[in-house]
Amino acid sequence: MAEVLVLIDSANGTLKKSATELLTAARSLGEPSAVVIGAPGTAAAVAGQLAEYGAEKVYVAESDEFEQYLVAPKAEVLAQLAGQAGPAAILVASTPENKEIAARTAFKIGSGFLADAVEIGEGGSVTQSIFGGAVSVSARVAKGAPVISLRANSVAASPQQGAAEQVPVEVSISDAAKGAKIIDRVEEAKGSRPSLQDASVIVSGGRGVGSADNFKVVEQVADTLGAAVGASRAATDAGWVPHTMQVGQTGVTVAPQLYIALGISGAIQHRAGMQTSKTIVAVNKDPEAPIFELADFGVVGDLFQVAPQLAEEIGKRKG
Amino acid sequence: MNIVVLMKQVPDTYAERKLNPSDNTLDREASDAVINEIDEYAIEEGLRLKEAHGGEVTILTMGPDRATESIRKALSMGADKGVHVVDEALHGSCAITTAKVLAKALGTLEYDVVIAGLEATDSRLSVVPALVAEATGLPQLSGARKVTADGSTLSIERVTETGYDVVTASTPAVLSVVEKINDPRYPSFKGIMAAKSKPVQALSLADLGLAADEVGLAAATTVVDSFEEAPPRSAGTVVKDEGTGGSAIADYLASKKLV
Ligand SMILES: Cc1cc2nc3c(=O)[nH]c(=O)nc-3n(C[C@H](O)[C@H](O)[C@H](O)COP(=O)(O)OP(=O)(O)OC[C@H]3O[C@@H](n4cnc5c(N)ncnc54)[C@H](O)[C@@H]3O)c2cc1C
Ligand SMILES: Nc1ncnc2c1ncn2[C@@H]1O[C@H](COP(=O)(O)O)[C@@H](O)[C@H]1O
Repeated sequence: MAEVLVLIDSANGTLKKSATELLTAARSLGEPSAVVIGAPGTAAAVAGQLAEYGAEKVYVAESDEFEQYLVAPKAEVLAQLAGQAGPAAILVASTPENKEIAARTAFKIGSGFLADAVEIGEGGSVTQSIFGGAVSVSARVAKGAPVISLRANSVAASPQQGAAEQVPVEVSISDAAKGAKIIDRVEEAKGSRPSLQDASVIVSGGRGVGSADNFKVVEQVADTLGAAVGASRAATDAGWVPHTMQVGQTGVTVAPQLYIALGISGAIQHRAGMQTSKTIVAVNKDPEAPIFELADFGVVGDLFQVAPQLAEEIGKRKG
Repeated sequence: MNIVVLMKQVPDTYAERKLNPSDNTLDREASDAVINEIDEYAIEEGLRLKEAHGGEVTILTMGPDRATESIRKALSMGADKGVHVVDEALHGSCAITTAKVLAKALGTLEYDVVIAGLEATDSRLSVVPALVAEATGLPQLSGARKVTADGSTLSIERVTETGYDVVTASTPAVLSVVEKINDPRYPSFKGIMAAKSKPVQALSLADLGLAADEVGLAAATTVVDSFEEAPPRSAGTVVKDEGTGGSAIADYLASKKLV
């Protein structure tokens, strides 16, 4: 059975949820081979989890240089592995950086890049959802191994034991790939809540929330649901929350099970990032707000009345 | 500092967008066409770099005939000239081909910085800038919310999932920008008048030394086999808060087994 290369995302020694989804999806196409590219020690920390989710092989490409240069070195390694393994497909999670890595890999190996798949079918064909979910497209690559980025929450991860045999990869990064040097990394996001990319429930606040301090109303609802906190651009631009929380066209694109919008009007750029969410709930004091066109359930009212009551009621139900 | 801005003309996102059933490509005739919104930020950043460091701003677009309207608009904002890659055979080009063609066109120009937008609203790919870096072999500085130029060194703040990275490269380099970076100016009346006489060069495939079968639908690396319109979202329930709005939501979530 042909290998399927799966680019693994992890943080602080734990697999991202998206990695477990990818390993699950990979099994339908062939034999999952995890590809770990990062600083020394990255693979060892997640080896157990990779075995648990069915990785037969783990390609270990480790060097401090991956932390020092942007995107290009990772694409080089992935293309090099693709050349050696002759994989049936290459899978990555749909994050901005992974999409860049995937596209550059496809360019190098002469195949094609299928972005933001919501389903992976036979032979590496995919289903994509475009125009804000209005159209569903079935696509494949014309030749070569498809390089596919899979949207979070598209596949339910399920464990399956794999051998997780470690295969060291000799890393030699070309000078051309060292053009963009990362000289500093700044963390702005705080806290212990789930990340927007992974979350199955998201509670977002907009201009209607009114201040940084008032955002605790949004956080309170999020915490009772174990949800991630998101925001509109109006809220990030005002500096009430970090820009990493922005949902939308130029923020994060999400498709959780449940999206709750508090004091967000539903501008087209915001909708572009959340309109394929499974269930959408909105609270807005303006009955004409466009967010209600999307909402499965909407309440016309003051979020400062509705949201605390919602948090309390959920608390009660959870007992 | 000479700057090339990669600008794409896209269907207006406020209008309905369609695929063409005959070849499963975007129907570019069906709706109004506008400058890809985020590319206006790329143009603005180009103009600011020019104002600070001198040089010229060139708008580079690959697209159908009518894309000249968008090039004129960019010129009316203050860009100096336009280059329009236009050829029937380009219809249906994939992202990788688009990047190859743009790289060829860049080869005809002199520049220190290439600036693109983060993402086109029609493709929603966010990969053409990275692919242009790949095709040209230049450093990739994508996702910038801030750009500074100091001599031949460019430095950006690249937005990440958890904050931002400071990334530097020597010129020439390929940048892409997010909307936090600036507020694009509106064309002035004077700018609109001046734009009429600014040069726009049309480049065909032959001009770039490319053959028709290297581009377009025939050479596309990805193929759309079929598409269908998703069933429209069924209209939801909207209630007015009479003091129990919060519990009404909780009831709804419980009925959907979401709590
Ligand atoms: C190139 C570009 C990219 C962009 N990218 C993004 C993006 O990625 N994400 C994004 O979100 N936006 C983006 N935008 C901005 C977008 O156009 C909107 O300006 C933004 O989404 C508006 O945020 P908002 O809904 O919070 O604010 P508003 O539109 O001002 O809406 C606030 C809402 O809150 C309601 N409200 C006020 N007080 C209360 C209350 N007490 N209780 C209940 N409701 C209340 C109001 O009725 C109103 O509907 C982008 C714009 C551009 C040009
Ligand atoms: N046909 C094109 N002509 C010029 N620039 C383009 C073209 N396609 C994409 N771009 C640039 O690449 C950016 C990202 O596009 P995309 O990768 O398609 O989302 C856009 O914002 C433009 O700056």
